[in-house]
Amino acid sequence: MREFRYERAADPAAAVALLAAAPDGAFLGGGTNLVDLMKLGVATPDVLVDVRELTSREVADLPDGGLRIGAGVPNADLAADRRVRERFPVLAQALLAGASGQLRNRATTGGNLLQRTRCGYFTDVTKPCNKRSPGSGCGALEGVHRNHAILGQTIAGSDDPATCVTTHPSDMAVAMVALDAVVRVLGPDGEREIPIAELHRLPGSDPSRDTTLRHGELVTAIDVPALGMPSRYRKVRDRASFAFALVSVAAALDVRDGVVRDVRLALGGVAHKPWRASAAEYVLRGMPATEASFAAAVESELEAATPLRDNAFKVPMARNVVVRTLLDLAGRDTERELA
Amino acid sequence: MDSQITLRVDGAAHPLAVDTRTTLLDALRERLRITSPKKGCDHGQCGACTVLLDGRRVNSCLVLAVTVGDAEVTTSDGLAVDDVPHALHRSFVEHDAFQCGYCTPGQVCSAAGILAEARAGWPSAVTPDVAADTVELTDDEIRERMSGNLCRCAAYANIVPAVADVARAEGVRR
Ligand SMILES: Cc1cc2nc3c(=O)[nH]c(=O)nc-3n(C[C@H](O)[C@H](O)[C@H](O)COP(=O)(O)OP(=O)(O)OC[C@H]3O[C@@H](n4cnc5c(N)ncnc54)[C@H](O)[C@@H]3O)c2cc1C
Ligand code: SF4
Ligand code: FES
Ligand code: FES
Repeated sequence: MREFRYERAADPAAAVALLAAAPDGAFLGGGTNLVDLMKLGVATPDVLVDVRELTSREVADLPDGGLRIGAGVPNADLAADRRVRERFPVLAQALLAGASGQLRNRATTGGNLLQRTRCGYFTDVTKPCNKRSPGSGCGALEGVHRNHAILGQTIAGSDDPATCVTTHPSDMAVAMVALDAVVRVLGPDGEREIPIAELHRLPGSDPSRDTTLRHGELVTAIDVPALGMPSRYRKVRDRASFAFALVSVAAALDVRDGVVRDVRLALGGVAHKPWRASAAEYVLRGMPATEASFAAAVESELEAATPLRDNAFKVPMARNVVVRTLLDLAGRDTERELA
Repeated sequence: MDSQITLRVDGAAHPLAVDTRTTLLDALRERLRITSPKKGCDHGQCGACTVLLDGRRVNSCLVLAVTVGDAEVTTSDGLAVDDVPHALHRSFVEHDAFQCGYCTPGQVCSAAGILAEARAGWPSAVTPDVAADTVELTDDEIRERMSGNLCRCAAYANIVPAVADVARAEGVRR
């Protein structure tokens, strides 16, 4: 591991200033991802600015019934928060579906959002990977990619510097995308708010960048607006627990008189970012809440899928997981749930 | 780069200078010779290094020692009071809940963690209704909540009842 200086700051602005002066530095949350990557030689910061206790550990009520979640709130505490469990079950379930009890106790909301991919070529410094080492190529395209993306990849040949076919690993972020969360950021130039759908990126021509954040920008909180409909998270994985998603779905559904009034759908395990299924949502609004409509909607979303040699199974898997989850939600009466 | 810290472990304070790269696990084992937390994977994947940090279970292999501050570290050894084994230690012995024993201190710390989490009413991925006020540590709940602790000897079949007995005694299981 590269040597580094360890810093604590007096307040968030001081932390931002410290990192602005350290182009190779990084913020440290719970460290469950960053320390791991430092051991592997994948992350090589020369300064760590510890923000775990500096960013808020509070979940505060917003006037509209939403919540402001401090970036320092541990994953375990967020999943256990009574308001999250009652108003946003999809978020509690997504958090509980991720990692282990020990990891969730230490991991923070900010760190979870910004955790890096689990692609085996990214985490092995002896392998080509455009994300870790821009221009070195993509080992996964022709290699081991059974759990890689089926949507939105950049596929331009193994040696092309733009190629990247990996996924974003966070479960929490998938729920946050379905919930239209807003990420609050403090940077050297002040504060800004980023709709979460604009935080994570597709690889495009630069797979090295996971997000639209600039160096030194600190996530201070995530705002989750009121939802007002039943929601749930469902994750399919290779073993029953403690494994990353093959496919996951965060869904919310508002059915009145048998008709879909509103729907939110986001998929995990399928793309470089949590995938908001906007096409499916568009098709579904105003349709009868039946299995046939749900299947037609998700199929319209998956028409764009470009599966790799070994992960075509994810296309029907995504379809089935979405249909099953929407059927579960449709079996419940929105009026009664919200009473 | 060295940093001067004081680690509070199982009731004793240990001042020491550590390289900032030192994990809590390595500080405990290599520097303080407190060896009940074990190193399995060193990447958060196996749970052998689990300790309680201010009463919450964490993977000590992913915690940098310099970040610990005043937090109280409790290892499986430290759960015993005046050399009297903890109820979980006794239950693991009674149920033969290990073979080589390498994963056991981590299992015991994790089990202590899940008992506290269940008392606080925290749900898990297998809890049917995440909004329920109370949880009961059924066998399914124990398996899910202990999934961050691997056992290469596969003593799981005995670990679950070992934890279940203590859960019953503590009122978080019928
Ligand atoms: C064995 C294992 C299994 C796992 N399984 C899952 C799983 O199934 N599902 C899942 O979703 N996750 C899983 N995880 C990942 C886990 O959820 C993340 O490691 C964790 O959420 C990261 O949070 P942290 O606070 O520890 O982040 P850190 O490791 O501290 O930081 C992660 C990144 O975020 C940056 N950062 C941290 N805080 C801020 C901030 N406030 N502002 C700006 N940048 C910041 C850091 O610089 C770093 O780049 C697993 C991890 C392990 C080790
Ligand atoms: S898929 Fe992306 S992360 Fe994986 S090797 Fe290719 S460029 Fe790297
Ligand atoms: S040694 Fe820490 S989890 Fe394996
Ligand atoms: S008893 Fe041998 S690893 Fe668990």
